[in-house]
Amino acid sequence: MAQVPLLFEMGSPGRAGYRVPECDVPKKPLEELFGADALRKEPLPLPELSELEVVRHFVQLSRLNHGVDVGFYPLGSCTMKYNPKINEDAANLPGFARLHPYQREDTVQGALQLMYELGEYLAEIAGLPRVTLHPAAGAHGELTGLLLIRAYHESRGEGDTRREIIVPDSAHGTNPATAAMCGFIPVEVKSNERGGVDLEALKKVLGPQTAGLMLTNPNTLGLYDENILEITRLVHEAGGLVYYDGANMNANMGISRPGDMGFDVVHFNVHKTFSTPHGGGGPGAGPIAVAECLAPFLPAPTVEKDADGKFYLDYDLPQSIGMVKGFYGNFAVLVRGYTYIRMMGPEGLRRASEDAVLNANYLLARLKDYFDVPYPRICKHEFVLSAKSYKEKHEVRTLDMAKRLLDYGYHAPTVYFPLIVDEALMIEPTETETKETLDEFVQAMIDICEEAKRDPETVKTAPHTTPVGRLDETRAARQLDLRWRGSS
Amino acid sequence: MGFTPVTDQDRQAMLDVLGLESVEDLFQDVPPGARFQGKLDLPEPMTEGEIWPHLLELSSRNANLDEYVCFRGAGAYDHLVPRAIGHILSRSEFLTAYTPYQAEISQGVLQAIYEYQSMICLLTGMDVANASMYDGPTALAEAAIMTCGATRRAKVLAPTTIHPVYRQVAATYLRSRDLELVEIPAPDGVMALDVLKDHLNEEVAGVLVQHPNFFGCLEPVEGLAELVHGVGALLVACVDPISLGVLKAPADYGADIVVGEGQALGNQISFGGPYLGFFAAREKLVRRMPGRIAGATVDSRGRRGFVLTLQAREQHIRRERATSNICSNQALNALAATVYLALVGPAGLKEIASQCAWKARYAWERITALEGFAPMFQGPFFKEFAVSCRGDVDEIDDHLLQKKIIGGLPLKKLYPQLGSGMLFCVTEARTKEQIDALVSALGEV
Repeated sequence: MAQVPLLFEMGSPGRAGYRVPECDVPKKPLEELFGADALRKEPLPLPELSELEVVRHFVQLSRLNHGVDVGFYPLGSCTMKYNPKINEDAANLPGFARLHPYQREDTVQGALQLMYELGEYLAEIAGLPRVTLHPAAGAHGELTGLLLIRAYHESRGEGDTRREIIVPDSAHGTNPATAAMCGFIPVEVKSNERGGVDLEALKKVLGPQTAGLMLTNPNTLGLYDENILEITRLVHEAGGLVYYDGANMNANMGISRPGDMGFDVVHFNVHKTFSTPHGGGGPGAGPIAVAECLAPFLPAPTVEKDADGKFYLDYDLPQSIGMVKGFYGNFAVLVRGYTYIRMMGPEGLRRASEDAVLNANYLLARLKDYFDVPYPRICKHEFVLSAKSYKEKHEVRTLDMAKRLLDYGYHAPTVYFPLIVDEALMIEPTETETKETLDEFVQAMIDICEEAKRDPETVKTAPHTTPVGRLDETRAARQLDLRWRGSS
Repeated sequence: MGFTPVTDQDRQAMLDVLGLESVEDLFQDVPPGARFQGKLDLPEPMTEGEIWPHLLELSSRNANLDEYVCFRGAGAYDHLVPRAIGHILSRSEFLTAYTPYQAEISQGVLQAIYEYQSMICLLTGMDVANASMYDGPTALAEAAIMTCGATRRAKVLAPTTIHPVYRQVAATYLRSRDLELVEIPAPDGVMALDVLKDHLNEEVAGVLVQHPNFFGCLEPVEGLAELVHGVGALLVACVDPISLGVLKAPADYGADIVVGEGQALGNQISFGGPYLGFFAAREKLVRRMPGRIAGATVDSRGRRGFVLTLQAREQHIRRERATSNICSNQALNALAATVYLALVGPAGLKEIASQCAWKARYAWERITALEGFAPMFQGPFFKEFAVSCRGDVDEIDDHLLQKKIIGGLPLKKLYPQLGSGMLFCVTEARTKEQIDALVSALGEV
């Protein structure tokens, strides 16, 4: 496939892809309005392109990209399920897309109702009473949640002593990063031989210095921690609170609620669990649900309903942690999530989680004879394989196998994560894939395993059929080229 | 049911392979105390045909800006959005892709990010830009934190002419790291350099300035960087990207980090989000930047290609030592901004910025000529201006709404001392006729 030139390498002076209406008010000289010193002296060096040139450029770029609509996307921990098209139409309705966030509350009752009701649904799914929709993404939910935990301890006069956040060694990188960002000291706790939190190790690190624990359940190995009730009880007994990283919530809808597991605060990844598209890296939405003890500290404003059934924004939260974002959250993403939950209903959501788990176990069963399975037990919505035997015997690494999968038309699984598994491949099929797709994927994986033995060079030099060959990441980091710098 | 294609037959076939009796057997590891019994208390499912009228009804209970004329800004702006943008954003390959971890099948997203970073650098005059932050306020907050890391100091100064919400978010972020935001009073609508000087010392990591500021006023940015750099601190400029069509690039008045809200660049106003925060800096600060960064490299055949780079700054590699915890960003919104700038081009952006200035000026002249309406601040302004109003601002707001006009933002909630004030915003999307209608409605109050 031909390479696509940069926008800056295209166009011609005098072209434009958009016409602004003629100005119908007096045009005062800008020097007079702003003073010459304030003005840009040289014209902006932006490209000059027609609308067709721009459209064609981006359509050509899009064709170099994989997406859920293009093919299977078994990227572990990312829940790349189908994004229903109606979600897009809903978010683009003028009555949602064309609202100013500072409009008066009586002019946005429909939008506030949607947010209020979505909050209620999320609370029910979480098994926790209160919700804020502000956070823009999962990591932003973590930030907000840990600030709530910190405010809680401060309100009890324990802010200075409770400085440690316990994070399992299998955790997402965002967990320790968030803990550090919130002024906590992350303390790692190791996993046991079943892939869960090691209770004895946990007991050793718990104490009066414990602010809380961050946990994903099912964890990043795709395993449900059978000791979850004991874990949350131990943390509570030590005076800490427990944070639920909702990245893996797709296994749990209507089956096991974080609140019932004993968690105090939960973030949702609306762009994973509730089917909103990931857009090549965002936007997502990371609303959090919290226990009553954390409600006083929520960011302002919250969406409330008065006795007359009118919805309003409540800024009167004297103990709030403050604002974490402009306005009220990624509203257009929330509209999509609302639409999905309403279309699925309670049994649809449960069925989605069941099928996500069934699809994952089926894939695991079909692949287990070809890879090392570090934790051979029933998995949840995802599972982790290790390709270490291929590395040892054939010098074919996980990375090579992942790149070879691209030649077969699939996105690769998450690789080299979690860190506790050597040569890890983390596979999450989601519930929206058919058995036929799973069977075809299994065949591709088996074929690649055979290739690794018979013709390792083909795997090690993959991909071969993609728009570009394997890219030199070391060069990218050493010879920084982060922007166009003009034709040389 | 729903969007799940797994039939009962498929279920049985898969269970047979697993050697299990029922789906329930897959959940035996969930302890009974954590197992949810019964049915979630949620509304019953709806088909597409059923939910669409419901969505129409909900959305119709909002006064949308196609039906109401908007003179409100304060961080979210009703600019013209070229139609082509929505069509490009709806391309499945962009819309339904994850973060571009597998570069060889993500060249579309990666090249678009590289182009976006280049555009932001061209606009701001900075050397490097990241792939986006959540929004303007969080971008400013991360910039404030970055000044502390770069200077190993713990105090950041912010004049009160910065959007109150931006200051609040920055304060939340700084407090979380045990850093401090110090607000510098600026009662005259712009920061006073002598007041700032009183606060500047060698404990200060950074000075934040919004230009144009919350009130639409141009700040005295000439000479500001010299003051800030004089104590070894960094200057963070938070700017309206549209204004950069006519105003000097922040690099030219000495800013070290430039951030801002990118919504105005071709993104829907959508009741406050999703938007994008842009984030750019001088080259020497690149390793301290938060968030994703795309870079150019070559492939195994020696051809140009793009990857995510400098990942050693990020949470998935560096964990608790990362520059930020950000993971998902606002990629699709950044794509919208890129398409926008590509469509309007340099002349278009200049024209749009100029029309904002001309139309705001026209509205200002006509409104402040009304009896009882007076400018709150002197000095030049871009597309927003504050006016003290005759009578109760809520009544004015009411009256305008009856005329299907969303008037200026009453300032009393954000600035209690400016209780009679309204902050008007006039973009290129407003017409003379609409402005004249606003003025006559105001005259009737």
